Amino acid sequence: MARFILARLVKAVFILLAILVLNFSLIHAAPGDPASVMAGEAGATDEQFLEDLRRRFGLDQPFHVQLWIYIKGAVQLDLGYSYRRGMPVADLIWDRLPATLLLTATAFVISIVFGVIAGVAAAARQGRWSDSIISALALLFYATPLFWVALMAALLFSVVLGWLPGFGYETVGANYTGFARALDIGRHLVLPATTLGLFFTAIYVRMTRASMLEVSRLDFVKTARAKGLSPGVIQRRHILRNALLPVITLAGLQAGQIVGGAVLTETVFAWPGIGRLMFEAISQRDYNVLLGVFFVSAAMVLLFNLITDIVYVIVDPRIRITE
Amino acid sequence: MSRSPLALAWRRFAQNRGAVVGLAILLVVVLVAVLGPTLMPQSPWRMVGRPFLPPLTDAALPLGTDAVGRDVLTGLVHGARVSLLVGLVSTLVALLIGVPVGALAGYFGGWVDDALMRFTEFFQTIPSFALAIVLLAIFQPSLFWIILTIAIVSWPPVARLVRGEVLSLRTREYIEAAILSGQTSLQIIIRQVLPNALPPIIVLASLMVATAILLESSLSFLGLGDPNVMSWGYMIGAARTVLRTAWWLSFIPGIAILLTVLALNLIGEGLNDALNPRLQRREE
Repeated sequence: MARFILARLVKAVFILLAILVLNFSLIHAAPGDPASVMAGEAGATDEQFLEDLRRRFGLDQPFHVQLWIYIKGAVQLDLGYSYRRGMPVADLIWDRLPATLLLTATAFVISIVFGVIAGVAAAARQGRWSDSIISALALLFYATPLFWVALMAALLFSVVLGWLPGFGYETVGANYTGFARALDIGRHLVLPATTLGLFFTAIYVRMTRASMLEVSRLDFVKTARAKGLSPGVIQRRHILRNALLPVITLAGLQAGQIVGGAVLTETVFAWPGIGRLMFEAISQRDYNVLLGVFFVSAAMVLLFNLITDIVYVIVDPRIRITE
Repeated sequence: MSRSPLALAWRRFAQNRGAVVGLAILLVVVLVAVLGPTLMPQSPWRMVGRPFLPPLTDAALPLGTDAVGRDVLTGLVHGARVSLLVGLVSTLVALLIGVPVGALAGYFGGWVDDALMRFTEFFQTIPSFALAIVLLAIFQPSLFWIILTIAIVSWPPVARLVRGEVLSLRTREYIEAAILSGQTSLQIIIRQVLPNALPPIIVLASLMVATAILLESSLSFLGLGDPNVMSWGYMIGAARTVLRTAWWLSFIPGIAILLTVLALNLIGEGLNDALNPRLQRREE
């Protein structure tokens, strides 16, 4: 187990390094001189600042030297400076990261729990009307744009019905503490997390349903039936456990999409995470922030992947990891 | 009784009721995209009435006007062309990247396979939407870059699928016969292997068009669309701040995206029934 985790960590480090190389190449590939790209639109007119950047990143030196300086900085968590906001990018991201982690992790859990439950229910009632309704809903939400369903949910539950807050992370000026604050944040979390999770719930429903039906046709299930086990026990202990494996694999692959989707959800609900930060950086052409958020969200994805890998090994002891 | 394979495939497709509905919806969208801009030649950016005219109040502007008095229906019609164009072309470009990568990896195996699959895995792991945002923010958000960006973030599943197909096909006897008859590797891949791997590629491609349309609308929503082109995502993004007062401006283009993407997904399932009759329906 320890060796497996170590191997995965080494791989993750290589991917992060590759992303740094990609980021740096993008700075160079962008139209205009790299210093002004790093400075962003706001800083591009300050000649002194540009000169500082050129010196600091060795922009007059060969490409590989520049790359080395860039990577060395990033490894020390120096993701550059946001001239626009007058703050180091790492600090900006660090401030916003907890909100995004809370949002994406909640959405991830919601989508897996509801997706698997609904998928199992649909498979158990294959061909009946409740199966048709679940499958139709899954198909519908699978085709719904994330940002649009977020807008519509904000409209319905916040503007029209007034049940839930549709804006921000907590009530401004309320100064709640302790449990009251957690409850307040939780109420603000409901709409962003469910709308972000909806698309992925749809995927897991379809996946679980298909996987359950496939496993239920296998020989060992027939044996279990022949032994006279109750259908409930067969569903839970024989079919579900095996049907979950592809769902977990998929969940690991989807982690990247959830983190990406957070940009849209946070934009709609003014959720103060790194996705919202990214959206603001687009219109400000704040490239250091964009590249920094990209790098950190990739790190988040690798973390989610590692967790699903470990869960996979726990759920399926047959898997002996050969790296 | 003999039927051509195509007729058989069509029969299986038509047995899937959802697929037929999807095809009908898509045909309407395609008609709108092809004929619409000719029937409504005025620019979707032009002011035609007072701002915030609700739908169904003026017969000349059936879907009302947006925050600066632009006709919503004209925008919708012009947006259909953009959505379909971006979805289709970016999928084709993604196939142009993914098919060769997968075919080479599967056919040659060994270190070629290793290197290409590491490359593919890298692109599959990194958050694709964030990468798309970074690419479009750094390069100019033009139709060309939007299509290329969507292709760059969506080719990995193609490569993996093609690799798997090629791996299972390359040990077949007819491939060995082709090797013995002296065909080059390239000839074998193009003439023998790929045609037989085509059905699952077609199914995947139809689903990719749907995903590409969703991606394009999300990028335009964030303001990363081509500023010269009216698109559904842009319409929703522009109406976002007036959600409270003019909800229909966000609602209507969203329905258009939803229906188009739904239709493509339904068609994808129908194609799966038609082209892979022996396979169980699986999620990719």
